[in-house]
Amino acid sequence: MAEVQSSKGSPSLDMTPMVDLAFLLVTFFMLTATSRVTEPVVVDTPSSTADKLLPKNVILISIDDKGKPFYNINNSEVRKKTLQKMGQQYQITFTEKELQTFGGMTSIGVPMAKLKEYINMEDAQRVAKPSPGIPHDSLHNELGDWIQFGRIEAAKQAKTEEERAEKLGREFKYEPLRYAIKADGQSNYIAVKEIIKVFTDIDIYRFNLITDLEQGPVVAK
Amino acid sequence: MAEVNTDGGGGGKHEKKRAKKSSTRIDMTPMVDLAFLLLTFFVLTSTFAKPKTMEINYPAKPEDDKDQIKVNNALTFILSKENAVFYYYGEFYPAGNEKGMAPTTLTKTDFSDEGLHKLLLDRNKPTTVAIDALTEKLKRKEIVDTTYKRLVNREKGSKEALTVLIKADDQAVYKNVIDVIDELNICNIGKYAVVDMGAKENELLKATSK
Repeated sequence: MAEVQSSKGSPSLDMTPMVDLAFLLVTFFMLTATSRVTEPVVVDTPSSTADKLLPKNVILISIDDKGKPFYNINNSEVRKKTLQKMGQQYQITFTEKELQTFGGMTSIGVPMAKLKEYINMEDAQRVAKPSPGIPHDSLHNELGDWIQFGRIEAAKQAKTEEERAEKLGREFKYEPLRYAIKADGQSNYIAVKEIIKVFTDIDIYRFNLITDLEQGPVVAK
Repeated sequence: MAEVNTDGGGGGKHEKKRAKKSSTRIDMTPMVDLAFLLLTFFVLTSTFAKPKTMEINYPAKPEDDKDQIKVNNALTFILSKENAVFYYYGEFYPAGNEKGMAPTTLTKTDFSDEGLHKLLLDRNKPTTVAIDALTEKLKRKEIVDTTYKRLVNREKGSKEALTVLIKADDQAVYKNVIDVIDELNICNIGKYAVVDMGAKENELLKATSK
C-alpha cells in the first residue's frame, strides 16, 4: 500500500539538474560566441586545406563576386583614427558621433564622397542598399589610401599600447599587422589581381588569403 | 466543522497555512524554458567556423626585365574560363622563335586527383621521396619535429625541387587559383608564384582552347 501511494504522490519531476545544465550551456555559448555581425557584403570563400587561423591584427579586404572591394580593419580605435586621416585627405570633417559609429561598423564599401551619408544611415538601410565598392583605379585610388592610413594608424596604436604596457609593468606582445584578402570563389581573378596590385604598389607583398576549411582526402605527407 | 464552513476567512487562513507547508519547492519549468531559449539564441548567433587562411607572398616588381632569373625546373599552369587548366614544362618558346626551339604546346589537365595532383607528384618526385623518408624518420622518432620542419623546408627549397608558376587569363575565377595553390601545398611544393601572363602565352592559350 505504501509503495503505491508514493508513486501516485509525485507526478512532477525535479527540474533542477536540467536547469543547471541549460545554464551551464548558456554560459559556455555566451563566453565563447563571437556574435555574427551584419556585413554589407556576402562573400562565399573557396575552400582549401589550409588550417592557419586568421591573425587578430589585420586589414581585411573583402572582394565580392562582382569584384567590388570592401575595407575593414579590426581595431575600432584604429578605425576611428584612420577615418579621421582619410577625412583630412579628402577634405571631409567627421563629427565625434560619426567617428564613434564608424568605429563600431564592419566592412565598408562606399567611396569617400558618400561615406558621411552612409555612416548616418540606419543599420537596416545600410544592409538594404548595395555598396558600390571602394574606388581603386590609378587616378582615384581610395583603397590604397585606406590601406596606407590604416597601416600608419595601426603602427601608432601598437606603439601607444606598448608604452602603456611598459608604464604598468606588463608584458607587451607585439603582433605585426597582416593583410588579408577574402575574395569570393566566383569572382574573376582579374579583380583580385587589381586589389593585389594596389598592395604591391605600396610595397606590401605578403597576404593571407581567407578560405574555408575543406575536409579533403588526407594525402600521405 | 460547522465553524470552519461558515467562517470563510478563518477557513482560508487555515488552508493557506497548509498550502505553504506542502509546497516547499518552486516550479522550475519557466526557468528551464528561459534557459533553453537563451541557449538556442546563442547557438544560432554564434559563428563557429573561424576563418582559415593561407599565407602567400607575391613577387616584388622586377626593377627591369633583365632581373628575371631563368627557372630551370619550372612548371607553368595557365588557368582559363570554365575551370580549364593548361600547363607546360620549362621555358616558353613562341612559334618561330629566334633560338630555333620547338614551340611550346599547352597540355590540358583538370582539378581531379588523376589530373593536377598526379602530375605534380610525378614532376616533383625527388622532393616527394625525400620528404616521405623524413616523415618516416619522424614517425620512428629518429628526429624531433622541429628538425623535421627545418629539413622539410630545406627539401622544398632545394634546387631539384619543382618551381611552379601560376598564370590566369582574364576569364579565370579566383576559386581555381586557390585550388591550384592548395594542391601545391598538399604536394609539398614550396616554390611557387602567381605571375602575370605574357602576350604570346595568351595568344597560344586562345589558339589552344578554341
